[in-house]
Amino acid sequence: MPEPIIYDLSAPGRSGVNLPASDVPPAPLPDELLRGDLPLPEVGELQVVRHFVRLSQLNYAIDTGLYPLGSCTMKYNPKVNEDAARLPGLAQLHPLADPENCQGALMLMHELQSWLGEISGFDAVSLTPAAGAQGEFAGILMIRQYHIDRGEPQRDIILVPDSAHGTNPATVTMAGLRVQQLPANVAGEVDLAALGEACSGENAEHIAGMMMTMPSTLGLFEPNIAQVIELVQSVGGLMYMDGANMNALMAVVKPGELGFDCMHYNLHKTFSTPHGGGGPGSGAVGVNAKLRDYLPGPVVRRDQPLDDAPADNGDAPVPRYDWHMPPKSIGRLKAFAGNFGMHLRAYAYIRAYGGEGLRQVTRYAVLNANYLREKLRGEFTLPYDQTAEGARRYCGHEFVVRGAFDDAPDIHALDISKRLIDYGFHPPTNYFPLIVPEALLIEPTETETKDDLDKLAEALRSIAKEARAEPQLLHDAPTTAPVRRLDEAKAARQLHLCCPSARPGA
Amino acid sequence: MSYIPHTEAETQSMLAQIGVTSFAELFDAVPAGRRFPSLDLPPAMSEMEVAAEMLAISEANDHAGDFTIFRGAGAYHHFIPSVVNHMLLRGEFYTAYTPYQPEISQGTLQATYEYQSMMCALTGMDAANASHYDGATSLAEAVTVALEVSRNRRKKVILSHAIHPQYREVVRTYHQGKDIRIIGDRGRGELVDLIEMLDSNTAMVAVQYPNFFGQVEDLRKLADTVHASGGLLVVVANPLALSLFTPPGEFGADIVVGEGQPLGIPLTFGGPYLGYFAIKQRHVRKIAGRIIGETVDADGKRAYVMTLRPREQDIKRERATSNICTNQGLMALAAAAYLSLMGKNGLRQVGELNYHKAHYAAAQIDRLDGYSVDMTKPFFNEFVVACPRPVAEINAGLLEAGVIGGYDLAQHYYHLPNHMLLCVTECNTRAEIDRLVDSLEGLC
Amino acid sequence: MGQWNAPDGLRYAKSDEWFALNGNVVSIGITDYAQDQLNDIVYVEYRDAGTELLVGDSFGEVESVKAASELYSAVSGEIIEVNMQLEEAPEVVNADPYGAGWMIKVRIADASQLDALMDAAAYIAYCESR
Repeated sequence: MPEPIIYDLSAPGRSGVNLPASDVPPAPLPDELLRGDLPLPEVGELQVVRHFVRLSQLNYAIDTGLYPLGSCTMKYNPKVNEDAARLPGLAQLHPLADPENCQGALMLMHELQSWLGEISGFDAVSLTPAAGAQGEFAGILMIRQYHIDRGEPQRDIILVPDSAHGTNPATVTMAGLRVQQLPANVAGEVDLAALGEACSGENAEHIAGMMMTMPSTLGLFEPNIAQVIELVQSVGGLMYMDGANMNALMAVVKPGELGFDCMHYNLHKTFSTPHGGGGPGSGAVGVNAKLRDYLPGPVVRRDQPLDDAPADNGDAPVPRYDWHMPPKSIGRLKAFAGNFGMHLRAYAYIRAYGGEGLRQVTRYAVLNANYLREKLRGEFTLPYDQTAEGARRYCGHEFVVRGAFDDAPDIHALDISKRLIDYGFHPPTNYFPLIVPEALLIEPTETETKDDLDKLAEALRSIAKEARAEPQLLHDAPTTAPVRRLDEAKAARQLHLCCPSARPGA
Repeated sequence: MSYIPHTEAETQSMLAQIGVTSFAELFDAVPAGRRFPSLDLPPAMSEMEVAAEMLAISEANDHAGDFTIFRGAGAYHHFIPSVVNHMLLRGEFYTAYTPYQPEISQGTLQATYEYQSMMCALTGMDAANASHYDGATSLAEAVTVALEVSRNRRKKVILSHAIHPQYREVVRTYHQGKDIRIIGDRGRGELVDLIEMLDSNTAMVAVQYPNFFGQVEDLRKLADTVHASGGLLVVVANPLALSLFTPPGEFGADIVVGEGQPLGIPLTFGGPYLGYFAIKQRHVRKIAGRIIGETVDADGKRAYVMTLRPREQDIKRERATSNICTNQGLMALAAAAYLSLMGKNGLRQVGELNYHKAHYAAAQIDRLDGYSVDMTKPFFNEFVVACPRPVAEINAGLLEAGVIGGYDLAQHYYHLPNHMLLCVTECNTRAEIDRLVDSLEGLC
Repeated sequence: MGQWNAPDGLRYAKSDEWFALNGNVVSIGITDYAQDQLNDIVYVEYRDAGTELLVGDSFGEVESVKAASELYSAVSGEIIEVNMQLEEAPEVVNADPYGAGWMIKVRIADASQLDALMDAAAYIAYCESR
């Protein structure tokens, strides 16, 4: 029995809420502006609770099992951070509060800005972007404006590796710039010859910058990163880092020190603010001195007291925090100053770990990925397993396996993923990065135990055997999930996006 | 550290399985000169200490839990039924990812479909997406859709002066790289002024409903005029006001966007909020972001799935019109739970409480010497008060009485010095309103 | 890999559209190879009738469940008719790409533009080489 739609639980006159009676005299309503029917359901409180609890039980989630979804960093989301987010001074704080009345929140944002800057080696950070994609957008807009202000508005090309997240090229178009795609070399790295070509001749004068993911979307550290950055910057371009994979870099390397000019952080990935079934996220951006005046605003600034005299009781002077719009800011990205609910969770997360703790996070994320990869070696093809020179290489916090077998031609990565559901695991990311046909991108994260990784490896190895012996098991999978494979063509052809009962007059 | 579960023995055995003796070997591809920097961060804390620190930060703010609040201007203090928070705290919802694997994500998918349906019900539109970041970015995305509908041949976008100033700033941020002109937000912002700006190069006109000053206007004539010129009408609507007032779909809006925060989402200093986006059927394939559709599974059982996927950035890449990926999914769930609990009658009752209390407050304040309220135009739960002194001074005085006062309109509207935008919701009791009125009188 | 059908007498573009000349009107659709690669086609959209196209212009877009593809014209001329049936039943493109799945008709001035395109044998060889 599928869970009914909320409208199917409706009965006229029922209500799920207990509201106070009005304590003021009624005012006349403007009849000519009033609506007729309001087609919302009428459901009792317990029925609403059961409905959403039952729906929740149809979901797979980190809290129910291992979620090795590559490039998404599905790590444990600490419960204490959820408690913090519901404290009244944080949850019931108005975004247009006068600065005098929200010094705690401003201090938190200021500290988080400086900690993120420290973690990645950047001079300044803005927390306003609501998600990684919005952080990218901010970064590319800053790069665009930087060139315009330097009298080089012709710089309109952003180089993007063909292994990039789709948000990268989409961002460039949104910002009104052009994408030039760069191929990978045989080792899955930036092809230096192709990059050299793109950065030469007339094209060089049009290079605005380059977007790179570190480690790459294959989960690999780019061994030639110093040359790549040097080459792009030598022709006047700026370097943008997609920070989706920051879980592999904390206290390992600071992108700002490598020479990147700008990056975004995914607080909902690296810093464990939850994913929420697709959002909200938070996509803070960090920049070096070249771009700091262009940051999206407002940011939080600490104003030192006019005199550094101690307070009356002898304590150090109390700093005052205030909003600040950077002088050449690309502008506002949201009505208010970002997803503060995510900022406070990231703050609590960093506070719990400290600097050495974050180093451990990265160490164990990389350990878990390399361990799982070794457990799959032999049964699965591991693309880009060697450097261009043929030497052994380790992965970062994630890795790609080829989800197909030469001796089982009808089996695709998707079949393996669906079968993994029957084994009780969430599938890896499918068909990304695009440069590996039939890719399965696997990211276990640091919060999983060796035992659970062993079980996942065992399941994947078992599926690899089934692919040859009983391929129908894979084609029919999943059979144990709440529903089986869906008719996606029907969904797209006969668009059914709104319950008929929600239509006027229903 | 409790979030990393490895024992020392496990760690050693895993390193051995990989064939290395130390963690450091795993990072040999990182440039040696930059490898393993130290991070200058405050020392680690136990859970007890983290909880105490967060409480201290919370207490360092003056908030709607301790003060009586009459401030809105795009973010509203409303009653949230307890059930909403309990549903958000279900780990199955908040620790899931985007429902790319529909077989094990039916909870998120169906709840989002129900959210879409209820937003259609409120707005009178045909389809709604699964959310944008907030009301302001929804409006910016609506501009993109309107430009696309004109196949980028029309280059003019008219934004009413009575749209939230910070929404208009966001639209400008989003479209700074495009060859378009954004006009309309200087001047008086009367509807007739917007009509005068219309021409065959106009892709869209956007207005707010109720407008930023709280007034509810009859938009039928505007809709007809915009359509006659071949443009789209975009309405930025407070969804709670739609519990009482004519839904924009009924008077001809092509796109309705806005801030879903009033529907069960706490203030949280500005976010996470919920950008809702609803559209008429004829433009549905131009919508950005995720959208959930009904279909069947291999056994013919009803099920839900993300649909219209090829428009999204992961497939369309540089040809996509928006880069949105992560959205505000959990906030859409909050709105779905809120609207389910309120239902047809509850939501209307909330709307009426807002309306009557705001009108009571406005009438009381209008009677005070030195203060006046324009009572001639219909309004919902916000209204403009002309004050005898600068708003900052009045708000400072109110704060001493435990009241967070209204929004100072002079910040963005230079012709409105000493004008305050006040908001009254169902959370404000008559006693609180009377206290506000008394305090204002004392501050004259 | 399947074997794809490409009728003789039509002309073919590298972007996988077919062109059939009848008097001074060219019918255009997508090839069997293209519909096979796209898989379940769920939506087709064209520029309006009356639009003037130049060689290389996009005349619309086709969407499947997992992909979106621009449609390109290899001829110049005015779109005089579009196949409205596909708006309701886009799956016809999968079932009958060269017949009921035609997309637009263009009135052309210069039939020699078709000479630059491939014939059926060359197109099949091109598909097999990919």
